[in-house]
Amino acid sequence: MSATRDKFGRPIVVVTGMGVVTSLGAGKADNWAKLSAGESGIRTITRFPTDGLKTTVAGAVDFVKVEPFSSTELSERLADMVVEEAIAQSGIGGKGDFPGPLFLAVAPVEVEWPQRRALGAAIGRDTEIDYDQMLRVSGGGQFASLHRRYMFGSVADHLADTFGTKGSPISLSTACASGATAIQLGVESIRRGETDAALCVGTEGSVNPESLIRFSLLSALSTQNETPTKASKPFSKNRDGFVMAEGAGALVLESLEAATARGAPILGVLAGCGELTDSFHRTRSSPDGKPIIGCVRNALADAGMTPDQIDYINAHGTSTPENDKMEYLGISTVFGDLAGKVPVSSNKSMVGHTISAAGAVEAVFSLLTLEHQRIPPTINYDVPDPAIPFDVVPNTARDARVTSVMSNSFGFGGQNASLIVTGEPI
Amino acid sequence: MTEPNSSSTPVEAWITGIGLATSLSDSLDANWAALQDGRVNADETGFAPYVVHPLAPVSFDAQIPKKGDQRQMEAWQRIGTYAAGLALDSAGIKGNKDILSRTDMIVAAGGGERDLAVDSAILNAEAQGNTAPGFLNERLMSDLRPTLFLAQLSNLLAGNIAIVHGVTGSSRTFMGEEAAGVDAVRIALARIAAGQSDIALVGAAHNGERKDLLVLYEFGGFNLKDKYAPVWARGAQPGFALGSGGAFLVIESRKHAEARGAKPFARLSSVVADQSRRKQPGDITRTLESLWAKLGQLGPDGAIITGATGAEPATAEERAFLGAHPEFAVRATGTSFGHTVETQFPLGLALAALAISRGEMFPPNDPGGLEIEKAGAPSQIVVIGTGHWRGEGMALVEAVR
Repeated sequence: MSATRDKFGRPIVVVTGMGVVTSLGAGKADNWAKLSAGESGIRTITRFPTDGLKTTVAGAVDFVKVEPFSSTELSERLADMVVEEAIAQSGIGGKGDFPGPLFLAVAPVEVEWPQRRALGAAIGRDTEIDYDQMLRVSGGGQFASLHRRYMFGSVADHLADTFGTKGSPISLSTACASGATAIQLGVESIRRGETDAALCVGTEGSVNPESLIRFSLLSALSTQNETPTKASKPFSKNRDGFVMAEGAGALVLESLEAATARGAPILGVLAGCGELTDSFHRTRSSPDGKPIIGCVRNALADAGMTPDQIDYINAHGTSTPENDKMEYLGISTVFGDLAGKVPVSSNKSMVGHTISAAGAVEAVFSLLTLEHQRIPPTINYDVPDPAIPFDVVPNTARDARVTSVMSNSFGFGGQNASLIVTGEPI
Repeated sequence: MTEPNSSSTPVEAWITGIGLATSLSDSLDANWAALQDGRVNADETGFAPYVVHPLAPVSFDAQIPKKGDQRQMEAWQRIGTYAAGLALDSAGIKGNKDILSRTDMIVAAGGGERDLAVDSAILNAEAQGNTAPGFLNERLMSDLRPTLFLAQLSNLLAGNIAIVHGVTGSSRTFMGEEAAGVDAVRIALARIAAGQSDIALVGAAHNGERKDLLVLYEFGGFNLKDKYAPVWARGAQPGFALGSGGAFLVIESRKHAEARGAKPFARLSSVVADQSRRKQPGDITRTLESLWAKLGQLGPDGAIITGATGAEPATAEERAFLGAHPEFAVRATGTSFGHTVETQFPLGLALAALAISRGEMFPPNDPGGLEIEKAGAPSQIVVIGTGHWRGEGMALVEAVR
């Protein structure tokens, strides 16, 4: 076995570039400074009127302006930012010439209200508006740009064009696990020997009225609006839902062999990926926790590691009553006595839930944890839930020796994915 | 966990299950018979002036026994969950918990239909001066069904297949119109070939009977209007007629199939894909040529099943490519099934596998003569999926040797 292959004989996959943007700011430096200081990016929503809404807080990325607002447009802009940062750090390829495929986690796409209103306006004041009338005015080319904008593949197409990724770019959704799935697809392609490099991105720009209302109608969101920075409280007894947030994360993955050959910075190793589907319910986890347990075990098996080798768990930790309870059940079943000892914190306490991007954003934060040897806290941990006796790294970051991190992502539709990142090859 | 394939020889993959629910039928035999007869189910009036291919009558109960499950789904999810069940039945693994618990699923999906009445009512009220801040919020909060979101959500087709049929090895949903269907099969095959997976359920579903989708494609002027015509006979009035349909395949390693005594429809030898920038005339033709060269060894008398949409310039460029390979008899699925978008490529693969297993190609349906008769049993069929706007893919389906 050569030093560039893992114990299973597969090419070792490393990270050579990362980019991140969240409600805390743009770039790794700003995000890490605020994350390790325990700052929250959650604010009262100002992008649109919140009259009549049960939830009025979010982790919106308002410092990136999109007019007229479109979530898909914002997703594209955020993805641009993080890919640029990741490729610059990696130093891979030439300008607009990334030497590998793109795997993009992106929210499902559809025509949005500002654009739908433009159709309504085109119909004219004296005509009853319905979809037949909208169809009548949709053609003739006056809305031609909306076709491209609302193709599901449009964000990936833009990234492929801008950064010159190779082959057919893949847009994917595994709900809240999407970012992790994008990374898993990249890892698998390098392990198959198809490519030496892959660009894995997750992006989310979904703070718009209808998306927020959809989650609200499922009772998934926190309604503790009074102090926005306090709304996201993973693992707390008084947690009452997640906080929608925007952001993006990008990773340049390479085979260790290729990265070493070109003298690239090696930021960490993607040691293992696991997934397992839950068939219990559309939005709820199987009460026995078996799919989550199996997912975590699959990630450990894929990395060839045992629970005692995990120094820190970057939790899915959404702050919903259901998720945090089920995550504890899953982790405690696999980790046994270690579950009370290994630090488990949730970045979502600070940046909110970046949904499609979360797996990628949190993978970046996991790698920054390795780099800085400092574990970001779970903030707003004032009322511990006795049913979840994790060491949540409460409220204040902690210096620690961290050689390996597990990052979990669980989502609607029975989606479960776990990643393991390490400082050195295992 | 599947052992990595350490040898450099790819693992051979077979198509062992096919599920089709189309505008022609929900049985493989009846779909085949309709192709033999040149029967087309196109509706020129229901969505006039737009032409659509509506789903043939289907008893969803047969694959989705719980009404509660059906109510939780939009039409596209019901079509897909139904077709997925047919594919599992066809492969003989329906209800086989041992196999289904390690079956990897890749679904190509768009999203579900909006509530057209809610959209229209809000726009009308706003046009009449109801522009108070929060008006949209209040209407959406009160008028949207809470479960509609899940019925629209892309990854919930896979979610419903997991719930209804118990496919739980893994679940990935690819989006991105036609290319998503190509990439779903490409990744499933790559994983099996490399030993990362033993068995996969792959496919897509599409509901073409949707005004909100017609609006989206009308932005770009892609809809076929007024009168149905075969794909190759739309020169004067290009465009596609959306088609409803679901197509799912069970793909597994030969070793896995043989161990459980499964019979193959065909071998899936290769799937390749690219995304032309489509900036210069001829870009699509060149991309298709380069994919053709990557398919593997092609014999002299194979056939081609293409999902050519009828939209331009893509179809004219694909036609130029086809013209360079006149020895391959061509069939366009868009003529018989309409344009099923994400389902386009899985549908082409399903028909290719059927043709291989039945030892005959279905007859041409093209007054213009691009499609020619093909006698004898095809041993190789190339499936082509060219997106109306982006994405080019090809697969090679062969008889098992």
